[in-house]
Amino acid sequence: MSTSVLERRFASVKATRAGTLVGYLPIGYPDLATSIEAAITLTQHGVDVLELGLPYSDPVIDGPTIQAATTIALEQGFRLKHAFEAVREISRASDAAVLCMTYYNPVLSYGVERFATDLAAAGGAGLITPDLVPEEAGEWIAASDAAGLDRVFLAAPTSPDERLRAAAEASRGFTYVVSTMGITGARSDVDSAARSLVGRLRAVTDRPLAVGIGISTGAQVAEVLTYADGAIVGSRLVTALGEGLASLADVADGLAEGTRRP
Amino acid sequence: MTDTSVAPSPSGPGPYFGAYGGRWVPEPLIAALDELATAWAELKVDPGFRSELAALHRDYTGRPSPLTEVPRFAAHAGGARVFLKREDLNHTGSHKINNVLGQALLTRKIGKQRVIAETGAGQHGVATATAAALFGLDCTIYMGEVDTERQALNVARMRLLGAEVVPVTSGSRTLKDAINEAMRDWVTNVATTTYIFGTAAGPHPFPAMVRDLQRIIGDEARAQLLERTGALPDAVAACVGGGSNAIGIFTAFLADPGVALYGFEAGGDGADTPRTAATISVGRPGVLHGARSYVLQDEDGQTVESHSVSAGLDYPGVGPEHAFLADSGRATYRAVTDAAAMDALRLLSRTEGIIPAIESAHALAGVLELGKELGSGATILVNLSGRGDKDTTTVARWFDLVDRDAVQE
Repeated sequence: MSTSVLERRFASVKATRAGTLVGYLPIGYPDLATSIEAAITLTQHGVDVLELGLPYSDPVIDGPTIQAATTIALEQGFRLKHAFEAVREISRASDAAVLCMTYYNPVLSYGVERFATDLAAAGGAGLITPDLVPEEAGEWIAASDAAGLDRVFLAAPTSPDERLRAAAEASRGFTYVVSTMGITGARSDVDSAARSLVGRLRAVTDRPLAVGIGISTGAQVAEVLTYADGAIVGSRLVTALGEGLASLADVADGLAEGTRRP
Repeated sequence: MTDTSVAPSPSGPGPYFGAYGGRWVPEPLIAALDELATAWAELKVDPGFRSELAALHRDYTGRPSPLTEVPRFAAHAGGARVFLKREDLNHTGSHKINNVLGQALLTRKIGKQRVIAETGAGQHGVATATAAALFGLDCTIYMGEVDTERQALNVARMRLLGAEVVPVTSGSRTLKDAINEAMRDWVTNVATTTYIFGTAAGPHPFPAMVRDLQRIIGDEARAQLLERTGALPDAVAACVGGGSNAIGIFTAFLADPGVALYGFEAGGDGADTPRTAATISVGRPGVLHGARSYVLQDEDGQTVESHSVSAGLDYPGVGPEHAFLADSGRATYRAVTDAAAMDALRLLSRTEGIIPAIESAHALAGVLELGKELGSGATILVNLSGRGDKDTTTVARWFDLVDRDAVQE
């Protein structure tokens, strides 16, 4: 049995459903308490893995929806310590795997080893690091190994095969398959590039692959899960949360429809 | 003049400068960075490219730029001899054109039709728009909304040259946010687009490539000064925002142990106040915009907004080679306040009839102090990186130079 929290979760979901639904929300939006409640709501409406975004001043791969939300979170006074508090509360209140998504400078600034230790102590499963490529990740790989945390690297349509192999080998939990060349945000169709990228990754790894960027409907989740192990939804959930927790629950239910076995 | 620009820099070819540099970017950009690095490694030693770039420098930019001794200004600098390397006299008014022409040729080599760039003061945006016009490339410039207001004339110049100027409204609405937005554009359009980065910062290969393209400043100045005085300078000075003009003039002197190197950062209200842009002076190591270097950041690693009267130095990061030179002690970095820079700007204008850019005036202010430390008989070479025409509105407001009831049509 794998030592990876996420790999075990992906495997157990596969027993009953088409694949894993990963839901993103930023911590601290619209305020800390509501963001915690919102994350717990997701876990009650079909989201298997939470991806909690740590607001950062310079989010280069995020589109306008997530930028606007994380800007509000920072204006509301988000601090790194709130991330550990949120992970602790959410882990206590649900059985979802809780992953954090963070740009790397806050981790460096906090101290890579200390960050890993504190995240594990709070009950976190690991990190998605969008601006960290495997060749710069030595310190994080050692720290996450020591703390027993998962780590998710990105694979892109433009990555040559040797980089896909490096991303998959460095990742533990799943590899984040960037569906299309672009920043986060809802799109009407998820690029066929995702399907062919998953195919290229299958040739170099047996571990789980989750597709993100642009997914916003249950139908898209269902389509992605015909070839990938997980579907990651972000901006659509952030928009729904902007309308309130009831709207968030409805949207999550609709996305979770896409994880049913046909 | 001999072509020394293919010589390797003592700091090395990147991606790392000691503990600094590297590539801290999302995976979707790596293939494009690899493409640029490979193409640049081939191009920079290619004789055809070298002669084409040299012809552009000579016939289009007006290189070599002159070396001007400024004795009436130097009288305020403790009796040192002060020489200005006149990058302000380049076509488009600053050193930025040196880098842009090289990267535009590179864009043509790799077969892309569109270029994007960030700009702070507008100098790099204008230079990029100029090269795009010259080479027939589509051009989009990202500029913080705050900067589009304080540099409105440069916005007009870029539009006149055929570029699209996009005001950036996210974050602090200055240079750092313009870079974020340009990165987002590049991630989305990388198949058709080259990002012409304006300073010696960012992910590899930009710090090394921009240095390679800017080192002509120091290569020329070193030869000119030797011819003029028969000796190397005691000190070389430049302003540092991201650090392209500074690394451009430093590189030729890195292997000369007797030449002290000084970078003058934008202190804003003062490096001991929150309103500053003196990244090396008060920042600490971190990752911003794709490189590990010094960063102005809070205890959580959030980037702190910088402040400077100079849009071109108003940046909370700095190029990784400068971080390396600072740590190794080879170069010394000091902060210069807004007020000191503006006073130096006025002094050079009145003593020598040369109106410098506010950015370059930071180096001049630093030299006024440095000259007193080095004493009479010392020779100081200063990179006058840009001209001050673009800053007329800011300077007029600072010194209250416009008649109150005057109306400009």
